[in-house]
Amino acid sequence: MEPQQRSVSGSSQSPRSPSSQPFLSVSVTDPVKLGNGVQAYISYRVITKTNFPEYQGPEKIVIRRYSDFVWLRDRLFEKYKGIFIPPLPEKSAVEKFRFSAEFIEMRRQALDIFVNRIASHQELQQSEDLRTFLQADEEMMERLRSHETGIFKKKPADLMQIFKDVQSRVSDVVLGKEKPVEESNPEYEKLKNYVFELENHLAEAQKHAYRLVKRHRELGQSLSDFGKAAKLLGACEGNALGKAFSELGAKSETLSIKLQKEAHQLLMSFEEPLKDYVRAVQSIKATIAERANAFRQQCELAETIKLKEINLDKLMLTRSDKVGEAEIEYKELKAASEEATNRFETIVRLMNEEIVRFQEQKTVDMGIAFHEFAKGQARLANGIADAWRSLLPKLEVCSS
Amino acid sequence: MMSHENHGDEDASGYADLRESRDEMESLALDDSSNGPASSSSLTDRQSRRTAFNSILEPPSYAEAIFTSFDSSSSNGFHRNQNLPPRPDPFSHSDFLRIWVSDPRKEQELAANSLVPGGTTYYTYLITTRTNLPEYGGPGSEFSVRRRFKDVVTLSDRLSESYRGFFVPIRPDKSLVDSQVMQMGQFVEQRRSALEKYLNRLASHPAVQKSEELRVFLVVKGKLPLAKSIDVASRMLDGAVRLPKQLLGDAAAAAAATVEASQATQPARGGRDLLRMLRELKQSVANDWGRVKPLVVEEDKEFLERKEWLVEFEHHLSNISKEAETLVKAQQDTGETMGELGLAFVKLTNFETEEAILDSQRVRATDMKNLATAAVKASRLYRELNAQTVKHLDKLHEYLGVMLAANGAFSDRSSALLTVQTLSSDLVSLQSRIEKLEAASSKIFGGDRSRMRKIEDLKETARVTEDAKSCAVREYERIKDNNRDELERFDKERHIDFMDMLKGFVLNQVTPRRWQMRGRISQRKLSDMLEMAAENFGFELLFS
Repeated sequence: MEPQQRSVSGSSQSPRSPSSQPFLSVSVTDPVKLGNGVQAYISYRVITKTNFPEYQGPEKIVIRRYSDFVWLRDRLFEKYKGIFIPPLPEKSAVEKFRFSAEFIEMRRQALDIFVNRIASHQELQQSEDLRTFLQADEEMMERLRSHETGIFKKKPADLMQIFKDVQSRVSDVVLGKEKPVEESNPEYEKLKNYVFELENHLAEAQKHAYRLVKRHRELGQSLSDFGKAAKLLGACEGNALGKAFSELGAKSETLSIKLQKEAHQLLMSFEEPLKDYVRAVQSIKATIAERANAFRQQCELAETIKLKEINLDKLMLTRSDKVGEAEIEYKELKAASEEATNRFETIVRLMNEEIVRFQEQKTVDMGIAFHEFAKGQARLANGIADAWRSLLPKLEVCSS
Repeated sequence: MMSHENHGDEDASGYADLRESRDEMESLALDDSSNGPASSSSLTDRQSRRTAFNSILEPPSYAEAIFTSFDSSSSNGFHRNQNLPPRPDPFSHSDFLRIWVSDPRKEQELAANSLVPGGTTYYTYLITTRTNLPEYGGPGSEFSVRRRFKDVVTLSDRLSESYRGFFVPIRPDKSLVDSQVMQMGQFVEQRRSALEKYLNRLASHPAVQKSEELRVFLVVKGKLPLAKSIDVASRMLDGAVRLPKQLLGDAAAAAAATVEASQATQPARGGRDLLRMLRELKQSVANDWGRVKPLVVEEDKEFLERKEWLVEFEHHLSNISKEAETLVKAQQDTGETMGELGLAFVKLTNFETEEAILDSQRVRATDMKNLATAAVKASRLYRELNAQTVKHLDKLHEYLGVMLAANGAFSDRSSALLTVQTLSSDLVSLQSRIEKLEAASSKIFGGDRSRMRKIEDLKETARVTEDAKSCAVREYERIKDNNRDELERFDKERHIDFMDMLKGFVLNQVTPRRWQMRGRISQRKLSDMLEMAAENFGFELLFS
């Protein structure tokens, strides 16, 4: 059952001929269990259709597993700071649930949405890592995947930066500075508060949505049991009264099936989208953290430069032979500082665009989810009322 | 008393959520003019956004919807308050006899002969009766007495003695079932409700309704003038209680009958009856294990088939009753979770509206709010639905009680049969002893004085035993008749009751009773509400 496509793939809407319109559409399908015992896993078929010139051809099919998606997400997170990277479904904690049909379907749907969001994002869709993910053969993918366990491979300069970050953070703590440096931007503060609170509200709605799914299932089960019991009693009673009980029992069992169906629908079209947005908000929080890091780096470098300037002037006054060295260091730091400032400002700019895009998309997606919820409940209520109503004339017959 | 408070959620925090959310639901006004916690936004703003939604549907009022206890015992509507019910319709059925139990009071037992000062406490209840029956004073009679549970036990014991073979309703338990734990207040309320049900069942039993024991219980103020058990001697002395007519035919026969004979019409009890109990025990063992078939046996094939059927019926009834309970709980849980979800929606939409930094968020706000309201109303609908479902399916529980009463009636029959069998075999052994003695003494010329005396004694005993046996047989036949009449009545009433129950249950699922009764003009069903909500969302979704 194909869920409603929540994110549009491709870019503009004007009806030009399809071949001239750049498009990139991906689907994640066909989950298959591979391997044995503890090492068993699910593999998915990823089908790409595109006319992007950078791609090898109009269509490509590859086999991917969950950790490949994780690789892609991590790479994108590292490279595109400031952009809200689409969230991934969680690794499953409970062993026995891992291969249930429902869980597999939920995961497949989430992975499909994940890739499509990337494919329809103007910047992310250009990513080389995405191309690799969608086209590389399984062996290459495996190499890349095992290469990147845990900490990413960083360039030496970045390593230095990390070192410096750690150093300064430690010294801050040692010197008794209360908090690391933070932006004093009231609008940004408001945004951060919004994001954190939004997560709470969404999480609560999702929790109750999940419970409602469970309740539907329990109600369905109890209707089924009740129906069986009614049928047994009907068989025992015999005659008209017995028939009435049997009819009631049969109807009850029919309703049970309706409820189970509706429970599944509720899960896939309502509860999952809510969960998806909880994850999306968590991804935003990760970007917020990145922005904070970038800001801190920028500030620290700025401070370090000031100190170096003072030092340089001192050296120049004393005509020390260390001047040359110090000048080179100073120039490097200046470059690094500019880079850090650039990085930070890029993040800010991207975030501003992203937040607009996120809100618009959320409004649409939540709208669809609530629409599905209302439709489903209406369908259920009608179905139940109709089913019972159709029983009434039969009962009349039995009692006459 | 909110029995559904006990339905905690799986985790402890869930239970706290439940309490909280119920409070919030109760504060959620129907007309949406104010909303729970985050209602800092301008009231006028929200009021202006009020849609057609609010005029559509008038769900039941708060008090009714939320505080309807699932345990609301009374189909007769006299539960919590002290107001007496309306006067009975004078043209109503002439066999009108209705009872209310109320006003539990704690009293002190004056323990004159106890070593500990003070005494135990016990509760009394006000028993109010309204009736048309001539035995009670004719149409429009009304009276109250105060009774304690011990009195009810006495009443129940006496009724089972007097009405052997009838399906006499079973009285409430003396103590709690092991698994139950509750506060005193809750226990008293539960008992009060159970007593009311019990007394009304007695009142609607065609035979018991006319009983002297019940009348005395309901009418006579002060101490209950019923002896705890039927000690024949004390019964004869006790002028307040007429001996049940059906027992001994006319007064002359009653006087003539020996104590021994009439005792045969009662099951064996302790004390003086010890000997008799032993004899009957011996007889029943002989019945089960002896090689010789007893002289009198249960011959009524129809009865035996019926009994077998009843065993199967009881099994299925018990099964469906259990499933009905589970169903009710599931309906209740669904309603509650729906309500919590609705509340979460409300909070989310309020938050989005207030904290919105972009207009795109505000667009959906009205629609979301309406959907949230629909969800909360759906929750109330479930609650209402469930309260009615409980009332209907309760019939199943009730008939489990009837099955117990039937078992009682059948054991009356078998114990009466046992008495007949015992007396029969006594008679047979007496006859054979007499014969032996006669044979022995005939060999002695001129007779054997002592043996002759013995024979005379035995013959006398045999005569008495013969009388007792006839009494016992008459009693056994009487009980058999009662059984048959009751079974017929059971079949007829069961058929009607169950058909009504099924129809009521199904009708209720289609439209809850209160909505039927409201009969308002624009009465849209929940599904319409939800469909409208769905449309509102779908309207702008061009690609859905």
